[in-house]
Amino acid sequence: MDLNTITAVSHPQTRSELPVWTPGDAWLAGGTWLFSEPQVHLTRLIDLTDLKWPALTITESHLSIAATCTISQLDAFTCPPDWHAAPLISQCCRAFLASFKIWKTATVGGNLCMSLPAGPMISLTAALDGVCTIWKAGGGEQKIPVADFVTGNQRNRLSPGDLLRQIDIPIAALKRRSAFRQISLAPVGRSAALLIGSLYGNGTLKLTVTASTVRPIQMSFPGPPDASTLRAAISEEIPDDLYHTDIHGKPLWRKHMTLRLAEEIRAELSGAMSP
Amino acid sequence: MSFEINGATFSQSPRAGQCLRTFLRELGHFGVKKGCDAGDCGACTVLLDGEPVHSCLIPAFRAEGRTVTSIEGLGGKDGAHPMQQAFLDAQGFQCGFCTAGMIITCASLNQAQRTDLGAALKGNICRCTGYRAIEDAIHGNSNVEADIEAGGAFGRSLPAPAGPDVVRGKARYTFDTDIDGLLHIKLLRSPHAHARIVSIDRSAAMAVPGVHAILTHEDAPSVLTSTARHEKDWMDPEDTRILDDVVRFIGQRVAAVVAESEGAAEEACRRLKVAYEILPALIDPEQAMLPGAPLVHPDRTSANRVADAKRNLVAEIHGEFGDVAAALATSAVTYEATFHSHRVQHAALETHGGLAWLDEAGVLNVRTSTQVPFLTRRALSDIFQLPMDKVRVFCERVGGGFGGKQEMFVEDILTLAALKTGRPVKLELTREEQFIATSTRHPMRVHIKAGADADGRLTALQLDLLSNTGAYGNHGPSVMFHAVNESIAVYNCPNKRVDGHVVYTNTVPAGAFRGYGLPQAQIAVEAAIDELAKQLAISPYDMRRRNIIRCGDPMLSPPESDYHDVLYGSYGLDQCIDLVERAMQADRPQAELSQDWLTGDGIALTMIDTAPPAGHIADAKIALSDDGTFDLTVGTAEFGNGTSTVHRQIAATVLASTVDRIRLRQSDTAHGGHDTGAYGSTGTFVAGKATEAAALRLAADLKAAAAGAWLCDVTTCTLEGEFVVSGVRQMSLTKLARLAREAGRPLAAHGNSEGTPRSVGFNVQGFRVAVNKATGEIKVLRSVQAADAGVVANPMQCRGQIEGGVAQALGAALYEEMVIDAEGRVTNPKFRDYHLPSFADVPRTEVLFAETSDTIGPLGAKSMSESPYNPVAAALGNAIADATGIRFTAPPFKPDRLFPALHEKFAD
Repeated sequence: MDLNTITAVSHPQTRSELPVWTPGDAWLAGGTWLFSEPQVHLTRLIDLTDLKWPALTITESHLSIAATCTISQLDAFTCPPDWHAAPLISQCCRAFLASFKIWKTATVGGNLCMSLPAGPMISLTAALDGVCTIWKAGGGEQKIPVADFVTGNQRNRLSPGDLLRQIDIPIAALKRRSAFRQISLAPVGRSAALLIGSLYGNGTLKLTVTASTVRPIQMSFPGPPDASTLRAAISEEIPDDLYHTDIHGKPLWRKHMTLRLAEEIRAELSGAMSP
Repeated sequence: MSFEINGATFSQSPRAGQCLRTFLRELGHFGVKKGCDAGDCGACTVLLDGEPVHSCLIPAFRAEGRTVTSIEGLGGKDGAHPMQQAFLDAQGFQCGFCTAGMIITCASLNQAQRTDLGAALKGNICRCTGYRAIEDAIHGNSNVEADIEAGGAFGRSLPAPAGPDVVRGKARYTFDTDIDGLLHIKLLRSPHAHARIVSIDRSAAMAVPGVHAILTHEDAPSVLTSTARHEKDWMDPEDTRILDDVVRFIGQRVAAVVAESEGAAEEACRRLKVAYEILPALIDPEQAMLPGAPLVHPDRTSANRVADAKRNLVAEIHGEFGDVAAALATSAVTYEATFHSHRVQHAALETHGGLAWLDEAGVLNVRTSTQVPFLTRRALSDIFQLPMDKVRVFCERVGGGFGGKQEMFVEDILTLAALKTGRPVKLELTREEQFIATSTRHPMRVHIKAGADADGRLTALQLDLLSNTGAYGNHGPSVMFHAVNESIAVYNCPNKRVDGHVVYTNTVPAGAFRGYGLPQAQIAVEAAIDELAKQLAISPYDMRRRNIIRCGDPMLSPPESDYHDVLYGSYGLDQCIDLVERAMQADRPQAELSQDWLTGDGIALTMIDTAPPAGHIADAKIALSDDGTFDLTVGTAEFGNGTSTVHRQIAATVLASTVDRIRLRQSDTAHGGHDTGAYGSTGTFVAGKATEAAALRLAADLKAAAAGAWLCDVTTCTLEGEFVVSGVRQMSLTKLARLAREAGRPLAAHGNSEGTPRSVGFNVQGFRVAVNKATGEIKVLRSVQAADAGVVANPMQCRGQIEGGVAQALGAALYEEMVIDAEGRVTNPKFRDYHLPSFADVPRTEVLFAETSDTIGPLGAKSMSESPYNPVAAALGNAIADATGIRFTAPPFKPDRLFPALHEKFAD
């Protein structure tokens, strides 16, 4: 929709050209959320397009995803064959409530910064041990694991003027076996629970719970737990008030779906463990 | 800046925060539609560098130097794109408002996406069709009949006349017009559920550049009216002012700003300083009649048609035939339960809105998105004390209605603004305003008691109903009367009792909605029939067969009705039950399901009077033009109901002609005559009757004119295509037109229908569902609906109406839910939080027709747009009960709402 209070758009090309952050400013990445709701408190957009951050970069140790990488670019990325977690990328892209048309515009960074419980890029990058690089408003950088970056429903660790630059995923995480489960109130609705299991070479199982909880919750088990251990751990780690409530799912149901999907993941990855 | 749009270059510059959608429309590309303006519905889809995007989310400046293709440019120089032709061949649209975005999206799908249309089309909402016809288009299936012989149009699957324009984005909806000097209106809305406006300080708002006027209760006529429109004004309470000094729900209009731009009007709204005196608010309808409850309209009286304002009671109904209590005490089996039907939104993709201007002759013109142009003209004339001939209300094509446009939500403000400023004005509601400030379905609590004897014959039926009409009484009484009428009149039962109350609350008003109260009562009645049958081990089909009215039986619902004009023009309910039973039992491949899934069947039936009570009037005119074709003028509006197609079919059939020779003009008060409007499924049954009458008169006149010229017996004359024929003689209609013109007696005829007597139509819905006992998820495995529509005027279109009705009702039964918080605020006023059925959510429905011919309706046809919605939630509830053994009594049947009971019953 038209954002009629916007009077200026700035187009910095380098970090040094970023304007001094003032109240009324907003970063414009894809803009798919920004333009979807009234933003009467905003007067200026700072367009990140001309910073021309490479969408995806592979180093020896990391896959680096620029905050401005679109969902389509990520989804189209051809992963090396030994990245066993590669299916998670496609699964998480398809977990978007929005359609493929939005994926062409929406960005990975935008999804993280929205910090909705159901943000599937949060699920993906948290499960794969992603680390955010933040350009601090006052200069300098800060690195925060994705799982710590999101602190609640639409809450995160960014201060005014902070800019999410990129998310780095360890290649080692991408090589782990994984299992994905998601449920929503409608066949292609918003995720009400999205769980990812990730199996380390040493047998450690890491479970990432998103969508059902107000922020990502992670649990590690030294070996594949049995069903009751898993259940107990989830009950321990996720008190009832951490379950999210809104029109897309009541907390009691989200809790039980979390337990159910976790058990399915446990069963799947336990099977993968046994030769 | 330079933009390339559909191959042309534009040098205009967008505003800083402007989105591509409005920029494209400002440059004249009206095919780009606004459904939600938030990226959820896909109506604004365009290609950006060949890739489909939602133009409402794209900052306009980002299109600079790139190529934009809208629906108008999709076909290129060669004309229609193959996908446009495919939508035409399949008739993959009804109102057509989503069609441009849908076609662009479908045209861009790759082979992989075509194999999973549920995922590929989740960003495109169609509110009308139920998606089957869209799927047909994608797969290249044609649904239209070609080469119809003269006189053979009725009963055939002819395409909608507007189709070519719809698929090219050229069909003009309400806002698809350019008017010089247009001013924009924005409304300041109440943040309080109940408050008195103490003062409004306009000074800061008036200082905003571009503001022309600010209108408040001080500027508005003090007359009390209703947003509801009926042929008889006495059907609705008079409790509404255009702008009031008391606000009674969050979202009610407080002031209107008229400005050069929407942005200026919005800014001025923000700068208005309103002092409110907060009043106690009533949110819960169950509290409405209790002593001490806050009073929503304490000053209204029976003179305003409000039953008891001191108890928040808008209207009530009480009546009993026989002795229900005594019958229940001696019945072999009884059932009693309370059902709650929730608040849902019409979600027509075109929002309410319109434009108004005074022309040189001093006539106020109102171009608006309405189902009732003639009744709106009458209301504006009354409220503003304008002569009827100084007000013109019209619509071209309307982007969906579903009852929501049987109300006046914008035309009054448009008129006030046009009269105050003397300038053309526009008001286009946002999607959020649709949710918080127009109308919804009436939430209802229905308590039912029912009994049957050991043979399964009903002994007693009792309904006790509480309807929440919200802050204003529009449609409240009528919806309640309708809810308790056909829902139990369809059953023979010696003892019946009805009690109903419709109450005010400080919440968004409820109003006319497809079904008009019947679905909310039907879910209780049809559940009771099933529960009694289950206790008696009788099949749901046989239980109904033992109790339904048969042709000639009295149709009774207490108290005694004032209206005795409902007749059996035809009767096909028995056929509908048989058709559904056969289809549900037919062998078909079974889905592979794990042990978590429980399956069950459910049916429900519904009856509907084919027109509203107390009169529904339609005029039609038809004239022979000089070229031998016909000009047909009707008042009824087209909003996807397909009546434009049917009117041409009726006229062509009566005149032994073909539809391409019938030119249709419609829904414009300037054309003269009267038309009550397109509601209550009257577009065919009532307005079609007027067209039939007009065509019959003209046919007689044509034959008489030819007989006069030939000096022969008129009974020897027949119409055959472009000729009048008598024996070996034939005269072309062109010649006949010339002779008539030369004689100074143009050949034209008028037809009228008063909407009485009325007939009855029937629908029976069957579902087979699977319910996951561990998650609460529901899969619809089979969906069948049989309809008694009399002689089906257009099988393709009628099927589409039924499929669309089933889809819309499934949305309400499975997903859609307006949530109102303790303060009275709608908490989910956007599509991403109000889940409309998308392609993936809607099963294919097998549509079957009873073979009947109505003695009252035009050429044997009956109504069939509204009623397919009515049995759906009830049938689904019955199927879920059959699958799980649990009777769920409050839709929507969402997994998280079903889960607690399933968990309690089935968890290990």
